[in-house]
Amino acid sequence: MTETKSITQELMEGERICPVTGLKVQRDAENLIKINAVMAVVSLLIGGIAALLLALTRWEAVHILPADLYYRFLTIHGMNMLVFWIVFFECAGLIFASTIVLNARQVSPKSGYLAFLLMLLGWLTVNYIIFTGNVGEVAVMFTAYVPLKAHPLFYLGYILFAVGALIFCILFFLNVYNAKREGSHSGPVPLFTYGIAAAAVIAVFTLIHGALAFVPVFLWSLGMIENIDASVYRLIFWGFGHPAQQINLTAMVSIWYLLSYLTVGGITPSEKVSRTAFLLYVLFINAGSAHHLLVDPAFGTPWKIFNTSYVIYLAVLASLIHCFAIPASIEIGQRNKGYNKGLFTWLIKAPWGNPAFAAFFISLAIFGFIGGASGVIMGIEQINMRLHNTLAVPGHFHGTVAAGTSLAFMGLTYYVVPLIFRREWLSKFFAVIQPYLFGIGLTIMAISMNTLGRLGVPRRTWETGFLNVPNKEILEMFVGIGGIIAFTGLIIFVLHTVLTLIFGKKLQGSDKPTFPQVAEPSTSKAPISGTLVLALTFFVYLVVMVSINWYWLSRVWEVR
Amino acid sequence: MALQKPQENYWEEKVETSEKLAVTIAVFICAFMFSVMVIWAIVGKQNPPQEAYKIRPSTFLERAIAFIEKYKVGEENGIPIVEAPPNVDQYIVGRMFQWFPILVLKKDQTYRIRISSIDVNHGFSIQPVNMNFQAVPGYEYVLTIKPTERGEFTIVCNEFCGIGHHLMRGKIIVK
Repeated sequence: MTETKSITQELMEGERICPVTGLKVQRDAENLIKINAVMAVVSLLIGGIAALLLALTRWEAVHILPADLYYRFLTIHGMNMLVFWIVFFECAGLIFASTIVLNARQVSPKSGYLAFLLMLLGWLTVNYIIFTGNVGEVAVMFTAYVPLKAHPLFYLGYILFAVGALIFCILFFLNVYNAKREGSHSGPVPLFTYGIAAAAVIAVFTLIHGALAFVPVFLWSLGMIENIDASVYRLIFWGFGHPAQQINLTAMVSIWYLLSYLTVGGITPSEKVSRTAFLLYVLFINAGSAHHLLVDPAFGTPWKIFNTSYVIYLAVLASLIHCFAIPASIEIGQRNKGYNKGLFTWLIKAPWGNPAFAAFFISLAIFGFIGGASGVIMGIEQINMRLHNTLAVPGHFHGTVAAGTSLAFMGLTYYVVPLIFRREWLSKFFAVIQPYLFGIGLTIMAISMNTLGRLGVPRRTWETGFLNVPNKEILEMFVGIGGIIAFTGLIIFVLHTVLTLIFGKKLQGSDKPTFPQVAEPSTSKAPISGTLVLALTFFVYLVVMVSINWYWLSRVWEVR
Repeated sequence: MALQKPQENYWEEKVETSEKLAVTIAVFICAFMFSVMVIWAIVGKQNPPQEAYKIRPSTFLERAIAFIEKYKVGEENGIPIVEAPPNVDQYIVGRMFQWFPILVLKKDQTYRIRISSIDVNHGFSIQPVNMNFQAVPGYEYVLTIKPTERGEFTIVCNEFCGIGHHLMRGKIIVK
C-alpha cells in the first residue's frame, strides 16, 4: 500500500515510509536526527583519542603524557564523552522517539535547528578553550569544583550546550502532545517512547540544576559575583552531574527494549511492570547525586542515608526489574522463533553475528555485573569511605556509561545508518567484531580500575608511583591493554560509520537494507525460565559482592 | 513491542509467576541492603563522621598554626611534625599541594582530627588503609578516628586540585 509511493511524492510531502518498519519518516525529524548523530560520533572520536592517551598514561610503565597534558586530556575526555557524545545521541533519540515512532511530525523544526546550533556553539566553545587555553585555566575536569576557577568560556560553552539540550527536551514533549492532538498517535505510547519520556523528564530537572550550578559560576569567573560556597556548588553540580548519567541509564534501558525488539522480535513480559520501573527511575533516581557527597563535611548522616539507602534503592529496584525484563524479552522473542529446548538454547542460538544484538547483550551484561553492581556498592554510605575518589569510581562508570550506554548506542547505530541515513554498511566483518572488541577491552579495563581503586589508587592523578600497592604494575598494564582493545573497537566504529555515510551504497525508495537483519516481532508470550535462572544468578552475585565489601570496610580504622 | 503501542488493557494484564518471583526477591535484596546500612550506622565501627562546622579558611589556618606551634616535636623537609595528647583536637590543613602538619598518633587511641582546605577542594585519602574524606574549603570536618595499626601512612590528595595535584601528599605516623 504505502510502500508504492514514488520518491517524488515522498519529497513533496516531506516524508517517506520506512520500508523495513513501515514507520513514517518526516524530513525535518530525519535531518535533526542525522546532524545530532554526526556530532555525537565526532565527539566520540575526540573523546576516544583522549581516552587512549589517558589509559596509556595511567599505565605508568608507559606514561605517555606529561602531567599538564594528562590533566588537559582528562578534561577533554570527560567533556566529550560524558557530555557531548552522549547528549547529542540522546537528542537524536528524543526526536526519533517523539516523531517517527509515533508516526508524527517534528513540531517547530526551526526551534530544533536553533537548539542544535546552540549545542554546536557550546561544543565549539568548550573544545576550543580546553584545547587552546592556558592549562591552569582549563584543566578543571567535567566537575569544575569551585573554587577551582576555569576560563569563563568554559562555563559559557557548558551553559549554551545545556540550553540547546533543554530545548530538545521541551520539543520532545511538544511532539508527543502534538502527535496525540493531531491524531497521528492515540492511546498509550510505545514502551520505547515511554522510556525516553522518562529520560526527558529526568533531563529537564538535570539541566535546570546545570543552569543553577553554572550560571552563577560563569558570573563568578567574570568577577561579577565574589564568592560561591564550595559545598553548595558540589550539591547543585551533582544535581546535574549524576542525573545526567541517569538520563543515559534511562535512555540506554529504553534502547535495550528497542534492540531486543529489532534484533530478535522480543517483547517485554509485562508492559505494566516495565513501565512502573521507568516511573521509579523518574521519582527516585535523582538521589543518586548524593553518592558524591557521602564523605563530605556539609551533609549529615540522616540526609546521606535517606538519599542513598531508602530513596535510591527504589531506583535500584527499578534496575533489578529491567535486569529481569530485558533478558526475558530476548527469551520470549527467541522462543517464538522456535529455540524452545531447555533453559538456554534461546541464548546460545541468539544472533551473535548481528552487531546490534552483540552490542546490546554485551552492554547489558557489563552494565549489570560491573557497572551496576559496583555502583550499588559505592553508593552505600559507609563503604563509600573506601572508594570515594579512588580509581574505583571511573572503574564503576566505565562499566555503566562507557560499556553500558555507549555500547548500547553503538548497537542502535547499526540500525540507524541503514534505516535513517539509508546507507548499506561497508563491511560486515568490522561491524561484527566491533562490539566484542569494545566490550572485552572495557571489561578488562573496568575490572582493573575497580581493583586498583579498592587498593587505594586515586583517580585523576598523573603519577602514583609513591604508593605501595600489591600488583599495581600488572593491574595498570591491564588498564592500558584494556584501553587499547576498547579504543580499537571504538575507532573501528567511528571510521566504519563515517566511511559508510560517505561511501556506503545508497538505499533508494523502498530498498530494504540487507544488514543487520530486523526480526519479525513476536506475537505471543513464552515461558521465561532461563531468564529467571540468569536473574537469580545475578542477585546472588550482587549480594556476595556487597557482603565482601562490608567485610573489607570492617577491617579499617574505627571512625565516626 | 517496544515500537508499538501496547494493548489498551495492559495495566490489567496478569504478571507472570517468574517475573513476580524475580521482583519479590529484588524487593527483599533492596530491603536487606537498606537495613544493613541503617544498622551499621548505629552499631558499626566505621561510619562517615557527621561532625562538621562552617569556618573561614583563614580562621582554620590560624587555629592549625597555633596547634602546630604548641605541640611541634620536629620537622621533615620543612613540614612540622606534631605530637599532641589524644584529648587535644588535632589539625591537618590541605593546600595546593601539601597536607600539613605530620601527625604522630598512638595506636588504639581515639583522636579528633579536624581537616579542611584553605584553597580548593582536596581529597583526604589515608593510604594504604584506604580511607577517604573530602576536604572542602569553608568547612571543617572532624574525624573521630582510632588508628588500629602501627606504621607510617601517606595522605594522598585524591581530588583534582590543580596541575601539581599528584605531588600533594602528607603523612600520619602511628606509634
